[in-house]
Amino acid sequence: MQYGFYINSTKCTGCKTCQISCKDEKNLDIGPKFRRVYEYGGGDWQQVNGLWQNNTFVYYLSISCNHCQEPTCVQGCPTGAMHKRSEDGLVVVDQDVCIGCRYCEMRCPYGAPQFDQQKRVMSKCDGCYQRVSEGLSSVCVESCPQRALEFNDINVLRQKYGQERDIAPLPSSTLTKPNIVIRAHAKAKKSGDPLGRILNPEEI
Amino acid sequence: MNDKNKPQNVSRRNFLQKSLVVGGATALLGNLKLPMAYAQTEQTKSTINSNTDKEIISYSACLVNCGSRCPLKVHVKNDIITKISVENGINDNIFGQHQIRPCLRGRSVRWRTYNPERLKSPMLRIGKRGEGKFKKISWDEATTLLAQKLRHTIDTYGNEAIFYQYGSGTTGANLSGRNTSKRLLNILGGFVDYHGTYSDAQIMTIQPYLFGQTNNNYGTQLQSLFDQIKYSDLVVMFGQNIAETRMSGGGQVTELYHALEQSKAKVIIIDPRCNDSVVAYNAEWLPIRPGTDAALVAAIGYTLIDENLINEAMLNKYCVGWNSDTLPASAPANSNYKSYILGLSSDNVAKTPEWAEKLTGIPADRIRQLAREIVAAKAAWISQGWGVQRTQTGEHAARAIMALPIMTGQFGRKGTNIGTWGGSVSYPVAGMPTSNPVTVTIPVFLWTKAIEEGENLTAKNAFIKGKDKLDVGIKFLWNYASNVIGNQHADLNKTHEILSDESKCEFILVWDTHMTASAKYADLLLPDVSGVETNDIINNSYQSGAYHYLIRMQAAIKPLWENRITYDVLAEVAEKLGVKDEFTEGKSYEDWIVYCYEKTRANNQILPPFAQTDGKGVIDRRIANSDEYIALKDFHDDPINHPLNTPSGKIEFYSETLANIAQDWQLDEKDKLYPIPAYLPAIEGIEDSASLVKYPLQLTGYHTKAHCHSSYANLPQLKEAAVDAIWINPIDAEKRQIKHGQLVEVYNDRGRLYMPAKVTPRIMPGVLAIPQGAWAKTNKEGVDIGGCINRLTSQRPSVLAKGNPQHTNLVEIKSLSL
Repeated sequence: MQYGFYINSTKCTGCKTCQISCKDEKNLDIGPKFRRVYEYGGGDWQQVNGLWQNNTFVYYLSISCNHCQEPTCVQGCPTGAMHKRSEDGLVVVDQDVCIGCRYCEMRCPYGAPQFDQQKRVMSKCDGCYQRVSEGLSSVCVESCPQRALEFNDINVLRQKYGQERDIAPLPSSTLTKPNIVIRAHAKAKKSGDPLGRILNPEEI
Repeated sequence: MNDKNKPQNVSRRNFLQKSLVVGGATALLGNLKLPMAYAQTEQTKSTINSNTDKEIISYSACLVNCGSRCPLKVHVKNDIITKISVENGINDNIFGQHQIRPCLRGRSVRWRTYNPERLKSPMLRIGKRGEGKFKKISWDEATTLLAQKLRHTIDTYGNEAIFYQYGSGTTGANLSGRNTSKRLLNILGGFVDYHGTYSDAQIMTIQPYLFGQTNNNYGTQLQSLFDQIKYSDLVVMFGQNIAETRMSGGGQVTELYHALEQSKAKVIIIDPRCNDSVVAYNAEWLPIRPGTDAALVAAIGYTLIDENLINEAMLNKYCVGWNSDTLPASAPANSNYKSYILGLSSDNVAKTPEWAEKLTGIPADRIRQLAREIVAAKAAWISQGWGVQRTQTGEHAARAIMALPIMTGQFGRKGTNIGTWGGSVSYPVAGMPTSNPVTVTIPVFLWTKAIEEGENLTAKNAFIKGKDKLDVGIKFLWNYASNVIGNQHADLNKTHEILSDESKCEFILVWDTHMTASAKYADLLLPDVSGVETNDIINNSYQSGAYHYLIRMQAAIKPLWENRITYDVLAEVAEKLGVKDEFTEGKSYEDWIVYCYEKTRANNQILPPFAQTDGKGVIDRRIANSDEYIALKDFHDDPINHPLNTPSGKIEFYSETLANIAQDWQLDEKDKLYPIPAYLPAIEGIEDSASLVKYPLQLTGYHTKAHCHSSYANLPQLKEAAVDAIWINPIDAEKRQIKHGQLVEVYNDRGRLYMPAKVTPRIMPGVLAIPQGAWAKTNKEGVDIGGCINRLTSQRPSVLAKGNPQHTNLVEIKSLSL
């Protein structure tokens, strides 16, 4: 069994309710964000016959931990604190074992492991496995006003929504094999796209 | 992100968590007198949970002015809120039974409840007015003072010296606060009320001149519901941003998604910003210079005439003033809209797409294409947000957009609207009975003028209603749940000066939950309970769309600190003024809730008895059949038997009434009022060449997701999620060596502010945008370091509604190296 997220970027307004509801549920302070909403876009403005023309594009991508098939954070963890649960494939950190060396943070190409300044150890999205075991959904999924997120067996999600997961600003999925499926926004660019950039670096 | 909040917040939260772990949180907090330590003295109701580790669930609601209304499921342990979650819907897969999911603001209510800036006891001003220095007083002292000041004001100046300030901090609260405040004032002989709102004064004033008066606020009876877009093949929105302004998962953003999923209509959004609705609905973005929408509409009209795409017979059937034949007898020759467009009226300028492209910034070819697209659509939905009308010439701009669906025949049928926002259906809920013996009202925006020179304000120079003129200026300001005084009103520096003169406005009551920028202007400052600390029955508010419902709010926690519910405080004031029996009618606040519920139930038999609503949250939910809410449908189908409520019974492109007002009123010499939806250059607009020399950039405000106006704007968790920053195009930024994230100074002759820059291609060159609502805070030099746009906005009202022009400003911006 492997859980994963479905992210429907065509329905994401960038409202960040997922980010905030997660912080409320997980009691996070300013700083750690288990779920982050990337504003990705670009485009230029040129003056043509005295008028401004543009080819601007922008879209949002709500990303937490992708509970990867080959989680590099787990591979690089010197203590074994960061581990992948056999029963549901969720990547979680045992804070009693973690020494706060932050290797996982450096290795993860998604910025998923977050340093907890108070406890001096790592923290991260655990897929709300406690809630899930009680038959509830992850809190971000349940909170999304537009129902743009889902959490389920990744095979079920892939059957429903396909295989797409190589969308900018995410890196190539070959690195860690993330357990996510993305429905790409009409303006979406592929991973490695050179045209856009993250437009909200201070918010993620 | 606001780093200043960081250490303080961390330690406070840390403490709260630790104290929960240790157990006996209440005792601990009580001993240490922390900000969130409650007063132990007042036990309100036995229904409220006692200390136990058991989780208790209550339903409250987010009571801000976003137009939507979300129920909040509040989780409580040991009388402390642990989290907020989403309500249990009936069946989330069925539209109309779906969960009304709160946005990020509603999910922040725990932090808002325990925010250190909450007011905790009654306070009396000790410093200069506006300085923010207070001393704590008892409730008895507070209610005595309030009673004395009311008595003094009424005896000395009469009831018309009392002004109930506009404010939307608890929009949707039904019985608490506003309703009770007005009830007491009315029992004492009344007060001066306002007409219009800061949101929509211009559009609501002008709309009746085109379509006739409707009976309700926001003209909702006349507007199509967004659900109708399921029949549209084209959606054209002017400055409308549903994805940020109507974010509730039970509200219009969801309704629009649902409709678009069915029709797959093409969406075009015309806005200086590539707003989040452009992203959400994969719309085509047409960047337009602020204040030029009416020019775009005129040029669309020109194209249609030029290409013979106008159905003249249809227009003559439904309208007056399109061509000369249908002008009223009093109208001068060529004063009709078509002649204006063709350049046959007094200005002799043909409103060609080439003329409009220089003003709007939209290429002439795109304007022509847009005209063809709209007229060729099977059903084009046309709507506008309220930012367009919240401008210096907002009435004319809003009216022009309303003329567009008419001109193109895209009205009165399925899938169309009438150029207004788009409708909503409300669930009627009974409130406390009250009526105001004072009939005179002032435009919502002119209260500072009514303080400065009230006696000079007349019906003809200041749109005073109910009387020819004011007899007395405002002496007593009743400010409930309103951050207008020091934040949301325009030109805060000028406002500060006006309020500093205590001989003019003699007394300011501020009653709120937080120490807002406005609260600092209080003479008497009263702490209110928040939504999670009180009970009420409320409806879906004024713009949740087709979804309408009834919510019972039940207090999740005891009122914090010394805070008391408004009704109980006012009953005490009433007693000191000898009108307690009249005020309470022998009822407690809880009795009133039951009374109003039963009154509501009397008209709606389906509702369960009150006792059965305990713990339910949403008691009844309905989805309207949008086919029954198509704007102008009856008139469109049969204009003879369903005439409009205009003098001609038709849609009035030319309004004789407006022409008469233009003659009759005393207008400022720079103000123009046209009887047709003409484009008018704005003072501080793109044609104000003299001002542009010094201040070359147009500054507009917008509604951010991080706060609803100024509500929630002080929460670090939300500031972190959506940073308050000024949007600037890379071209303008580069010219001024401004980098993304850098602190900048924005300024004009009215004031200065500092805030970080968001350098983004999502705004057109020449235009800046600030998310309105950030809390004003000035440094020693008077520079606003809170980032409040109103340090820069103007108090010069719009011509007809005398409404707020807060999106029309010229400024300059420079980088700050600190």
